[in-house]
Amino acid sequence: MTTEVAQDERKAWMSLLAKSQPKRLAELWRAYDADPDFTWLRPPEIGGVMLRGRMGGTGAPFNMGEMTVTRCALSLDNGAVGHGYVQGRDKAHAEIAAKVDALMQGAQADALEASVLAPLRDEQNAARSERAAKAAATKVEFFTLARGED
Amino acid sequence: MYVAVKGGERAIDNAHAWLAEERRGDTSVAELSIDQIREQLSLAVNRVMAEGSLYDPDLAALAIKQSRGDLIEAVFLMRAYRTTLPRFGYSVAMETADMACDRRISATFKDAPGGQVLGPTFDYTHRLLDFKLAADGEVPEAATATPREEPTPHITTFLKGEDIIQDEPQSGEVPRDLTREPLSYPAGRALRLQALARGDEGFTLGLAYSTQRGYGRNHAFVGELRIGKVAVEMEIPELGFAIEIGEVELTECETVNQFQGSKTEPPQFTRGYGLIFGQSERKAISMALVDRALRWEELGEDNVGAVAQDEEFVLSHADNIQATGFLEHIKLPHYVDFQAELELVRKLRAEAEANLAASEQVQEAAE
Repeated sequence: MTTEVAQDERKAWMSLLAKSQPKRLAELWRAYDADPDFTWLRPPEIGGVMLRGRMGGTGAPFNMGEMTVTRCALSLDNGAVGHGYVQGRDKAHAEIAAKVDALMQGAQADALEASVLAPLRDEQNAARSERAAKAAATKVEFFTLARGED
Repeated sequence: MYVAVKGGERAIDNAHAWLAEERRGDTSVAELSIDQIREQLSLAVNRVMAEGSLYDPDLAALAIKQSRGDLIEAVFLMRAYRTTLPRFGYSVAMETADMACDRRISATFKDAPGGQVLGPTFDYTHRLLDFKLAADGEVPEAATATPREEPTPHITTFLKGEDIIQDEPQSGEVPRDLTREPLSYPAGRALRLQALARGDEGFTLGLAYSTQRGYGRNHAFVGELRIGKVAVEMEIPELGFAIEIGEVELTECETVNQFQGSKTEPPQFTRGYGLIFGQSERKAISMALVDRALRWEELGEDNVGAVAQDEEFVLSHADNIQATGFLEHIKLPHYVDFQAELELVRKLRAEAEANLAASEQVQEAAE
C-alpha cells in the first residue's frame, strides 16, 4: 500500500517536472540553493518518443508523430537514484528534474515540495485555468427567436 | 561509360553566402527571433511540426527562419533532424477525452454537454485586411468566464448509447510504424492514419474536397472538432511505471457519416478520424474525410474508383518530402543522361531524313 502511494507521489512530481518551463524550474532550483554532489548513471541525452493516438479517439492505437524528450539518470552520495524525463531538448532541465527526483526520496522532500514543486504546480494550474476561462467566455449561448405564432 | 564531372565548389559556396544574406534581408529592419516566430506565426509552426512529424515548437520556428518561410523546406529540415534522434520509446495512447479544450464545436449536436466553445478561431471574422495590425496596436485583453473544471466528453459517446454509430474497433495489436519499416500494401488503418497525420495539408485537403464533390461520396458531418492540450504518458522501463513526459497541443476531428448498411452491417452512422499536432483544423477535417473514404473495404462499400478510396495512391503521394525530393531532383545536373538522349534523338532524326530522301528518290524514279 505504502509503496503504491509512494509510486503515485513520485509519478506526480516527475510529471510536474517534465511539463515545467525549463527557465522557471531553473529559477526555483537556484533559489532553493542546495545543489547536491552526484554521479551520472546516464548523462543527459536528447531523443524522440513516438506518440500514439487512438482511432476515433477511443479505438485501437496508431502512431501519430514524435516529440523531443531529454532524459538522464544520476545517483546522489547517499545512494538515491533520480531520473529525469522532460519534454524538449534542454539538458539542464533534465538534470535538475533528476536531482529533484532523487532528493524527493529523502529528508529534503518537504522543503523541496514547498519551495520548488508547489510553486510549479500552482503556476501550471493557474495557466490552465486562465486558458479555460478564456475558452468559457467563447461558449455559445443559444436563444430561440420569438416567431410570432402563439 | 560513366563520366564523373567535378566543379562548382566556389559557385556553391558563394550561392550559400548570398542565400544567408538574402535570408536576413534589409539589415535596417530588425531581425526575427525564434521566440517571435514561435509566438506570432504559431500556425505555421504547427504545420511544420505536423508535417515534419515532430512536436517541438522551438525547432519548428528555427526551421521556418532557416527556410525563409518556405514551409515544405522547413518540414524537410525537421524530418532530417528527426532521423538523428534515438527513439526512447512509444507513448501510451493519448486520451483526447481528457483534453483541456481551447475550442470544441459540433456541427451535429447543438446542446452537447460541454457546449459549443469557439476558442480563438478565424471563423466569423470578415476576412478583411486589418490595417491596425500594420501599425503596432495594443491588443485588448480577451474576456474570461467561469472555467470548466471537468473534462469535456466526446460527442460520439452520446450516439453510442443508442447503438446507432459504429464502435471504433479495439485492438491490443502493436500498430505498424512507417518510420521503422517501409510502407507496404494493404497498409491498414493504423498506418493510413500515421501517413495522413504527417501528409501534406494541401494534398489531403484536395483529396477530401474531391470526396465532397462526388468522387467517392460519403456525406460527412463534423461530429466534433476539438483543439487543446493533452498530456503524454510513457512507460519508463527503469521505473516500472508510467509518468507524464510532456503535453502537446492537438486538433482532433471526428466526422459522422451516413451509412446505408451493407451485407454485413445494419444501417448506422460510421466515422472518419483526424488527429494533428497543433492547431490545424483544416488538416484535421481533411484527414477525417480521407480516412473515411479509405475505409470502404472494411465497411463493405463499393469501390467506385475514386482516388480518395485508393490506399496505395493516397499513401504514396501524401508525403510532401518524398514528393518534393523526387520532383526537385530533376533540376540537378543530368548532363550525361541528357547527352545520351541527345545522341539518340539526333540519330533518329538522321535516319528519318535518310528514309525520306530515299522514298523521294524512288517516287521520282517511278515518275
